[in-house]
Amino acid sequence: MAILEVDNINVYYGNIRALHGITFNVDEGKIITLIGANGAGKTTTLNSISGILAPRQGTVKVFGEDVRQIMPHLLVPKGVIQVPEGRRIFSRLTVDENLSMGAFTQLDKAHNAKNRERVLEMFPRLRERINQIAGTLSGGEQQMLAIGRALMSNPKILLLDEPSMGLAPILVDQVFESIQDINKTGVTILLVEQNAYVALQIAHYGYVLESGQIVLEGDAKTLIDNEDIRKAYLG
Amino acid sequence: MSFEIIASSFQHKDIEQSQLRRTLKCGAIGGGTVVALCVFGLINQFMERWIIENLLSLAHAAFIGITLTVGALIAIRSPKLSPAARIFQGFLVGMVSGVFLSILILIMATFDIRNMFVSLSPKLLMFLSYGFDPYTACAVTIIVGGVLGLIGAAIRESPPWLRKPLITGLATAFFIGLFAELLQLAMQYETVDPIRDYMFTWEGQTLTGAITMFVLGFVLSLFWVMRGKQVMANHRAKSHASQRSIRYFLYAIAIVLFLLFPMAAGSFFGQVLMLVGLYVLMGMGLNLEVGLAGLLDLGFVAFFATGAYTIALFTADNEHLILLIDRPLTWWEALPLAMFASLMMGLAFGIPVLKVRGDYLAVATMGLGEIIRVVVLSDMASPLLGGSQGLLHIPRPWIGDFELNDPIHLFYLTLISSIIAAYFAWALENSRLGRAWMAIREDEDVGQALGINLVNVKLLAYGLGAWFAGLAGAIFAVMLGSIFPHSFQLLISINILALIIVGGIGSLPGVVVGALMLIGTPELLREFGEYRFLAYGFVLIVMMRVKPLGLWPSAVRKRELAAAAEAEAQMRATSGQKA
Ligand SMILES: Nc1ncnc2c1ncn2[C@@H]1O[C@H](COP(=O)(O)OP(=O)(O)OP(=O)(O)O)[C@@H](O)[C@H]1O
Ligand SMILES: [Mg+2]
Repeated sequence: MAILEVDNINVYYGNIRALHGITFNVDEGKIITLIGANGAGKTTTLNSISGILAPRQGTVKVFGEDVRQIMPHLLVPKGVIQVPEGRRIFSRLTVDENLSMGAFTQLDKAHNAKNRERVLEMFPRLRERINQIAGTLSGGEQQMLAIGRALMSNPKILLLDEPSMGLAPILVDQVFESIQDINKTGVTILLVEQNAYVALQIAHYGYVLESGQIVLEGDAKTLIDNEDIRKAYLG
Repeated sequence: MSFEIIASSFQHKDIEQSQLRRTLKCGAIGGGTVVALCVFGLINQFMERWIIENLLSLAHAAFIGITLTVGALIAIRSPKLSPAARIFQGFLVGMVSGVFLSILILIMATFDIRNMFVSLSPKLLMFLSYGFDPYTACAVTIIVGGVLGLIGAAIRESPPWLRKPLITGLATAFFIGLFAELLQLAMQYETVDPIRDYMFTWEGQTLTGAITMFVLGFVLSLFWVMRGKQVMANHRAKSHASQRSIRYFLYAIAIVLFLLFPMAAGSFFGQVLMLVGLYVLMGMGLNLEVGLAGLLDLGFVAFFATGAYTIALFTADNEHLILLIDRPLTWWEALPLAMFASLMMGLAFGIPVLKVRGDYLAVATMGLGEIIRVVVLSDMASPLLGGSQGLLHIPRPWIGDFELNDPIHLFYLTLISSIIAAYFAWALENSRLGRAWMAIREDEDVGQALGINLVNVKLLAYGLGAWFAGLAGAIFAVMLGSIFPHSFQLLISINILALIIVGGIGSLPGVVVGALMLIGTPELLREFGEYRFLAYGFVLIVMMRVKPLGLWPSAVRKRELAAAAEAEAQMRATSGQKA
């Protein structure tokens, strides 16, 4: 069942059209990936879903509800959360404070404690550095923290914007393994990536975005074998 | 001994060269400061003020203090030299300072440059040259400078048991002399008459008084240097319970002294402390906006004005009075209205600047604050708000049959209000709302992405911040008894912002420290007129260089600094490895 439906959206920055009629669905419990080069419109798509940008035409529905009817901050309690591009953690606060900020909409303390434990189990490196200033974490740790912080809000669907950006290959593998683990706990994932190869390896289904248009879609397995994609993204 | 110095300077030629530069630099700092004080006209003012009656003016004290300091400075900055050589460097530095002043004397004696520098008057020349002819005066100045520099370096080089008592003794005598007039004002009781007359005349501190104060400071400090460790060790050896009871006892004494001080010291101190209290209240409010939520606000004075005007409109018996019942309201009845009005003003103020960020916010809020002042001044609003005539005859608050009509009463009112407000500020800081503010301060977009309602949270920051200012304004209105638009200038907003920065942005105790520094101290030095603000600017610059996080930084800021230092160290380490 589709819990996120993006229907023919056109998004503009001023007069510049960034998205040309994008349509796709995300089914519950799946990892869906949206791959594309720099400037293809990946972040624009995510921001339209999380209500930061408003499409000029077309609709975005989460759980059957039009996001334009929902104030941006109310998406979080509904279970939609975005991990923004470039790991924007609160760099002056500690790891622990960052995590508790993630639970801002969750008022049940006992539940939050359990959630925190779950996050720290998934990312043991964060537990070791629980009182460290987040700005002094390594890039990979910061990405883990950004994802962990999002998990604190108890999401049903996680929107990830280029989690591999700027990470060494070994860290990319670690982070993507964690993403898969999160998905196994029942969280639906929309993964936006430039690094098509790793994204397609963990995803169930993928869309290829080029200059604001979806040019190709299919099962992740088939996309990995696709000649065009190999040429364009996998080298 | 001098042979040693020369010999050692031959051995380290490269060091000796940079030592020369160092010496010249220190001398230039001292000499430059002294000359600047003359040119700006501070010395003219300082000449009039005795530290020790008919013997030592503040101008002398400034020269001596500055030269001693640079003498000590060069001793600190020349760790590689032997102690004797360091003291000799002090002598040189003092002479260099003297040379600067001599050049000024010569210029003043030769040319008439009063057209350019009003302060360089014949009177100043007389003072600087001690009645000698210019050339003798220069020689004397250089030699005296050298001797003072030498003494400064020698004090620095002397063992701690001597140095600390000396400095404490000198400082005690100096500050007692500086504040002689205020202290006398505070000592208007028959019981202390003999002490007062022993220490002061109306001209200033007596010589005997100064010596007594020096000895007192010296002895107390000496005792602490010699026995302090012992005392602390004894204290630590006691049981925890008795340690704690001693601590509480000391706290209690401190609090009682603080509470009784204004009452004993008289209305002038009461007035100054009250003003400090008002700024503390406003500082706490602005701290919510700027320190916690990261929303720069230069229109804050508007909220202060709202509180004051609301009180005036509902309590003052004049043609502008608004009657809610068949009589004017009392201050206590109008107070909630004033705070509510400020809160609403804060919310209204927040709406137009919701989408404005960063530096632009400072400009936008400044504009809003000025608009409000101009509206109050306008003909349109004057039937209600009195225009530039202001609102007069604001009655004082009463408690039962007791009228709070003395600055000291109002000080206590301010104090109690501040304590209650501080509790609120503290509770807010640690609430869910406080966390939301912190999040949007760090990153507004991410805060929203985590489910924070930006609109509500920002408006609440403005509204609650304004609430504090409204309380301050309500007290301000009764303090003056009448209010005018020109009491609510942009400068007030700037002052409040400066005091929370100096105190340490985002820190509650920092607000108090900052207000004492920036509001209290200038008030005490009122007789120096506009020069206070020169000192004020100077202090701000020095402060930000020496303690960039403020005097009492908040935990987050301290961590930030630590993290930055760590990162820098790491960078050095890695670049060192590469090299
Ligand atoms: N705020 C903006 N104003 C104007 N144009 C914008 C803005 N943000 C993005 N664009 C443009 O929209 C297009 C899509 O940008 P978008 O950020 O969605 O790309 P992306 O796929 O996320 O790229 P990347 O992989 O580099 O993050 C680009 O051409 C970009 O220049
Ligand atoms: Mg992007």
